[in-house]
Amino acid sequence: MITSFLPLVAAVLFAIGAIGVLIRRNAIVILMCIELMLNAVNLTFASYAYELRSMAGHVFIFFVMTVAAAEAAVGLGIVIAVFRKRQSADVDDVNLMRW
Amino acid sequence: MLVINLIAFVAIFSALMVVFHRSPMVSVVFLIVNLVCIALFFLFLHAQFLFAIQIIVYAGAIMVLFVFVVMLLNLRKEEELLPGWRVQRALAYLGGPLLVGALWTALWRRGRSSEAFPGSFGSGFGTAEDIGQLLFNDYLFQFEAASVLLVVAMIGAVVLARRKES
Repeated sequence: MITSFLPLVAAVLFAIGAIGVLIRRNAIVILMCIELMLNAVNLTFASYAYELRSMAGHVFIFFVMTVAAAEAAVGLGIVIAVFRKRQSADVDDVNLMRW
Repeated sequence: MLVINLIAFVAIFSALMVVFHRSPMVSVVFLIVNLVCIALFFLFLHAQFLFAIQIIVYAGAIMVLFVFVVMLLNLRKEEELLPGWRVQRALAYLGGPLLVGALWTALWRRGRSSEAFPGSFGSGFGTAEDIGQLLFNDYLFQFEAASVLLVVAMIGAVVLARRKES
């Protein structure tokens, strides 16, 4: 049944994204992993919207996409600003505000 | 069902490639594959409008932004994933499967509610019309808040990307 299978797939995708955020050092790839996690959540929302025959989940996906677009724009802006200063997109090089 | 399994396999494989491939450009391409797979899932879930939005906004706009930045920055390949700090990597490889296990357990334990809702979709389920009705009636305030968020993000991106004259 599709509504019990897809949340499992979404759980796997979310975990892969979380692993990626932890093990990668490139800030752009970390942002991509965050997109991966947001998409996994979107998939869960969509499958529950299908199961419950309620369209509220679709509205939530709409808002998640809005937030993802805003986050990508600002995040990539920060990456470009850091790269201009340090010639690197490595998160380990950005340690000014780290304890 | 076979098609769904196939798409799920492609989605998980491309997600793994996003995380584990050294070159950011290849990661971006596989992320686009992943987003298209999710869009196809939306199609299976009667969410036609979201399918279109996923392709246009995600695979189109957002990923073009990523491709553009990766091309612009001309990044080197990472020499090694997280060289010195081994605790974090061990935590990731341990915590990831644990997270999957926890989520799967939660999903299996929640019981089957799908039998309680026999298949009767409204005629407009998943169409732009019904989403529009919801957005502009029930979720009007949230919709306006989202528009404010987008304006703030736009201003923020412009301010961040501006080159200082000095």
